[in-house]
Amino acid sequence: MADIAASSGARGKPAIRLSLNDPTFRAIFWQIVVVGIIGLILWYLISNTLHNLEVRKIATGWGFLSREAGFAIGETAIEYGPENSYGRAIVVGILNTLRVAIIGIVLATILGTFVGIGRLSKNWLIAKVCSVYVEFMRNLPLLVQLFFWWALFQDAFPGPRQALEPITGFFFSNRGIKMPIPAEHWIHAWMGVAFLIGVAASFYVKHWAAARQAATGEQFPVLYAALGLILGLPFVVWLIGGAPVAMDWPALRGFNFQGGLTLTPEFAALLVGLVTYTAGFIAEIVRAGILAVPHGQTEAASALGIRRGKMLQLVILPQALRVIVPPMTSQYLNLTKNSSLAVAIGYPDLVSIANTTLNQTGQAIEGIAIIMAAYLTVSLSISLFMNWYNKRIAFKER
Amino acid sequence: MAGIPASAGLNAPVIASKPLEWLKANLFSSWLNTALTLVVFYIIARTLMGFVPWGIVNAVWIGTADECKAVKGVGACWAFFPEKWRFILFATYPYDEQWRPALSCAIFLFLYGFSAMRRNWNSNLFYVWGGGLAAIAILMWGGVLGLSYVSNERWGGLVLTLILATFGIALAFPLAILLALGRRSDMPAIKTLCIAFIELVRGVPLISVLFMASVMFPLFLPEGITIDKLLRAQVGIILFAAAYLAEVVRAGLQALPKGQYEAADALGLSYWQAMRMIILPQALRLVIPPTVNTFIGLFKDTSLVLIIGLLDILNAAKTAAADPLWRGYGPEVYFGVSLLYFVFCFAMSKYSQKVETEFNRHKHR
Repeated sequence: MADIAASSGARGKPAIRLSLNDPTFRAIFWQIVVVGIIGLILWYLISNTLHNLEVRKIATGWGFLSREAGFAIGETAIEYGPENSYGRAIVVGILNTLRVAIIGIVLATILGTFVGIGRLSKNWLIAKVCSVYVEFMRNLPLLVQLFFWWALFQDAFPGPRQALEPITGFFFSNRGIKMPIPAEHWIHAWMGVAFLIGVAASFYVKHWAAARQAATGEQFPVLYAALGLILGLPFVVWLIGGAPVAMDWPALRGFNFQGGLTLTPEFAALLVGLVTYTAGFIAEIVRAGILAVPHGQTEAASALGIRRGKMLQLVILPQALRVIVPPMTSQYLNLTKNSSLAVAIGYPDLVSIANTTLNQTGQAIEGIAIIMAAYLTVSLSISLFMNWYNKRIAFKER
Repeated sequence: MAGIPASAGLNAPVIASKPLEWLKANLFSSWLNTALTLVVFYIIARTLMGFVPWGIVNAVWIGTADECKAVKGVGACWAFFPEKWRFILFATYPYDEQWRPALSCAIFLFLYGFSAMRRNWNSNLFYVWGGGLAAIAILMWGGVLGLSYVSNERWGGLVLTLILATFGIALAFPLAILLALGRRSDMPAIKTLCIAFIELVRGVPLISVLFMASVMFPLFLPEGITIDKLLRAQVGIILFAAAYLAEVVRAGLQALPKGQYEAADALGLSYWQAMRMIILPQALRLVIPPTVNTFIGLFKDTSLVLIIGLLDILNAAKTAAADPLWRGYGPEVYFGVSLLYFVFCFAMSKYSQKVETEFNRHKHR
């Protein structure tokens, strides 16, 4: 009865009665009660905490960030040594987390898409292999998988002198994976700039082509133009730079390898674990997205005389993406959050470094606040971006 | 246009009856398929050729550490498990009393099996669970009925994993229902609080929640009161699971047709009556499959308590693998442990798929 009264409130109701039978008053009353109780609990916890901090003589505040950290970090993207500050150590941790998360997201998307399409294959063997893969990945804890890959490096791979070399130049040993990379050359930086210009130019071309098609009806091969710009520009710059082809090959000197690109066992285990695990989930999302487009859509598109490539671009993908994008977002977020398991196998990610910091300084609250703030920033910004993207591709209903 | 109905209507589906026809249809239907089949077949064959000699032919199944050392590199050491299984399954629980965690695990399995059957989905379920959990508590702690007292610092292994996961989901459930209802509430203050809690918890990794439970909870409590590590981890897991479950429950609430809410209002039911008698029974039924999936996720996630030093089954196995005599068999150890996790998770996921098909049967004519 009360709820009916609530919905009729819009039609100019008399003043609020101070009674629990009045819906408006009741709503305000309960909100005050709930907020009050939660406020009291928080106040109680905070006052306990402040008291405990005082009794245990734990320092508070962010002053420790500028103090000398005094611990070394195995792999760093920026220059760092034990004499640097805790603040810099934490930046190193954030960069390490971002590095594994970004590479992981790209690789997991590629692998997951292949496996997802593979599960729908008419080829029985491929469909079965992909199903088995998905079932195994989804039903094993990531931590166990990480330990497995890590143990493989530790216990199963030989030392550098007997390193396995399945492909020429790629060495697998208990020191990690070694691979050749192009030798350092000044032109590489410019190729990066050219790549970025290519991406920006492609956006412009797409915009221009859409405007021209709207005005004149003429189509423009945007995809090829974009590919040409994104890949072609760096290639041209590379040619201008004298086309350097020298490679930096890893070579055994003494007890370890010199040169080449190194993936430490921790990084390699974490990356392989994250990619294979997340790909299992992404595969299911891709499969569901493809299955969600009714067959009639394909038939309708061919009835309209749309070519196969255009059909995929204009009819199938936009509808499949609508189903794929929201769960994909949460998988990307999961991968980023799961990268925090690095702490268990010793990869120096944000959690691992913040944990060392809070153990050394005893400032648990600040340490955990840094971890949570960093992950919340990443999570919330990815969700904001994906929500925006999702709204853009969402079904427009009138 | 004209061709479509004719071909669709006349040709009966071809059922491949002979093995050769099946092979041609499913593996070698085109050049591309043939090539793919051969490539995949080659990869499988190579993997098996690598695994079989190491994992089966040269492996030591039962034996001593020395026998394992002799085949290191060419054969797997499965003998680790017959040697260490008591520690992996029960960890530091007093050796002579290990039948108690074993029996507790059996009770857990019985409870899972009992609740999986649809004919048991009635109010008796609560009593069975209450009785079962009480029995487990008595068995694990002891101190009564002539059982010796075992402090929960010594609990470990499989039963710890089951305890963390089961209590995690069971106690998170009521909290999740409140959070989901709060998120759909018209009251702005309550709605904001619920959204803030759900989004904050879902935005951070479980590890950070567990760290918080292990290093920050002690600071929250008044001086002199301490709660042990297991309970702190359990509280962290419950709060974490509640945020995820709340979204599952909310999906169920949203999936109910509006008419159900209106009908409950029309009957003059109060908000809580409507929820208890009309909305929740239907909404929760709808979300049983995703709830099972959340449970699988939580079951896997309990392995993270290793990081704050609890001896769950993964940590027990890791500790056993650190024995200097049996060092260097990491791949075998984690392979074995992963099989155990797989059995549990795979059974649950198959079950949730089955329930989902049953629920959707009416949609498929």
